[in-house]
Amino acid sequence: MKRVQFEHSTIPYLFIAPQIIIIAIFFLWPAAQAVHQSFLLEDAFGLSSQFVWFKNYFDTIGDASWRQAAWFTTVFSVLVTFLSLGIALLLAVKANEVIRGARTYRTTLMWAYAIAPPVAGLMGNLMFHPLIGDLYKFLNTIGWDFNHKLDSFDAGFVVVLIAVWKQVSVNFIFFLSGLQGISKAVNEAAMMDCKSPTRRFWTITFPLLAPTTFFLMVINITYAFFETFGIIDTTTGGAPGGSTNTLVYKVFQDGFRGADLGGSSAQSVVLMLIVLALTVIQFRFIERKVHY
Amino acid sequence: MATVKLKNIKKTYPNGAVAVQGVDMAIEDGEFIVFVGPSGCGKSTMLRMVAGLENITDGEIEIDDRVINKVSPADRDVAMVFQNYALYPHMTVRGNMAYGLKNRGLPKAEINQKVTDAAKMLRIHDFLDRQPNQLSGGQRQRVAMGRAIVRDPKVFLFDEPLSNLDAKLRVQMRIEIKRLQRKMGVTSIYVTHDQTEAMTLADRLAVINDGRIEQMGAPIELYNNPATLFVASFIGAPQINLIPVQFDGKNLNSGDLQFSGFKDLPENTDLILGIRPDVLEPNNDGQLEMQVDLVEQHGAENLVYGALNGASTTDGYITEICFKTNQNTQPAIDSILRLHFDQSHAMVFNKETGERLI
Repeated sequence: MKRVQFEHSTIPYLFIAPQIIIIAIFFLWPAAQAVHQSFLLEDAFGLSSQFVWFKNYFDTIGDASWRQAAWFTTVFSVLVTFLSLGIALLLAVKANEVIRGARTYRTTLMWAYAIAPPVAGLMGNLMFHPLIGDLYKFLNTIGWDFNHKLDSFDAGFVVVLIAVWKQVSVNFIFFLSGLQGISKAVNEAAMMDCKSPTRRFWTITFPLLAPTTFFLMVINITYAFFETFGIIDTTTGGAPGGSTNTLVYKVFQDGFRGADLGGSSAQSVVLMLIVLALTVIQFRFIERKVHY
Repeated sequence: MATVKLKNIKKTYPNGAVAVQGVDMAIEDGEFIVFVGPSGCGKSTMLRMVAGLENITDGEIEIDDRVINKVSPADRDVAMVFQNYALYPHMTVRGNMAYGLKNRGLPKAEINQKVTDAAKMLRIHDFLDRQPNQLSGGQRQRVAMGRAIVRDPKVFLFDEPLSNLDAKLRVQMRIEIKRLQRKMGVTSIYVTHDQTEAMTLADRLAVINDGRIEQMGAPIELYNNPATLFVASFIGAPQINLIPVQFDGKNLNSGDLQFSGFKDLPENTDLILGIRPDVLEPNNDGQLEMQVDLVEQHGAENLVYGALNGASTTDGYITEICFKTNQNTQPAIDSILRLHFDQSHAMVFNKETGERLI
């Protein structure tokens, strides 16, 4: 077979150079730095450092507060991912059925997309403020002795609520466009084949949305792991007692507040490995069940 | 096995557009009915109302004397074949065919039997475990038919099922659909805008225009005896020749042309004289004179097109004329021919109302 061979030139490399440079500066170089630092132990003033092999890693894994953060991250990620996917799917299905005023519904539901996570956190702060927060007052009036400053469950509730609320709109947009990608005739054929709308949803609509759902799941787990940093930083700041520390937030706290650069670097390398493993699992095992 | 009755059914869309304005129809058990008409005439809407995919604004639809206006599509016991097949892309051929039966709670063995039987009948038995995207257009069409057949419904609905196929396959599938319907004897409603499909498939044909039935009857009846100008021009290929004329009490006049022997027609009214291309023949004493500008050779027959000399114009354009002849008659381009027609085969319509007068 004859293959078209273009003359070698530098132009293609020039085209991808900006992307390569960005990746190198903002990802590869810091990542390499983190790996390097994770093997070092610095003195308190940052004047000298010594090579300590895997000591930082053992310290990280052996540290109860790290394991507590890992546990919180797991629960937090699962909750945020499933709640925001579930709620968004429900909203998208319902909004897709609306005929009159469909545009208004859709626009309104997409609005929260424009809000940055730290801003969402600040809004949450106001709503849950012990003096002026309406939600704070409301929860206390309905008999829940709510205080997210003291109670770790309540604090978790606040960050999950805000993180989910912020993410629902993103998922909604994708689900809605996924739903609209399903041919009308296929839906009609299903209506003639199956009476129950619920059954129709699970046997036709949901499988056809699987590529969207899978993509969103990957995006949402990443969101829960990393992007919720802004929300946690502006609301609980990891309090009370580090119970709402996610792994990312703990890296920041130990590194920049605690000045333990070696330890936090080790944490971030571990985090990188966890995310890598998760991604592999997702593509290996779940993607198989996705029909494109 | 069922009768279908449409009783004064109407469809008005929320935006006020009227798609169907009062249609009455009684379909006999086992009949093959074809709705034919130009796009936007309401034929698909009518079919979708029978299917339950479209609300019925007014009137009633009965299947076997049961009013089904409020019955859900799945409970109407009808099966539909869609234009773009509408197969479930995530299921195999088998899954597609079995889906409707599974949802009706049939035992597995029976479903398998039915699917296998239908697949054999449609010659898609070898593809049962493939996904729809691994099939060709014709095979997908068969699967769509199979999905309808396994349901063993009272009524088959076809919504332009052949329009996505290439010409050769279309003819082939047309014949197969007709055979299958004969064999199964299931009442069928078939929607198309293709008059050849309509003519060849239908036991009875309903020509639909502007949300109304223009005429309904056996295809050949509609061809020979159209009730309106619309039916006359819609049914028959090549299209009927239409010559604008006026009646002066004795003759039909069109420009310099005169046709005698007509009577009992309104005077001072715009009329249309309709002559089918196959009743015209070259003859030196003929009533018409044409200047040939195109000869289409179809094999066994030739179609000769040209301008009708002397006739008044149609909406400012020269009146065109066409006749059908055998393959050996091949007039030269620009030659002048005289054409004869037997008056008993001519039709006269009122131009304004479209009503047939003779």
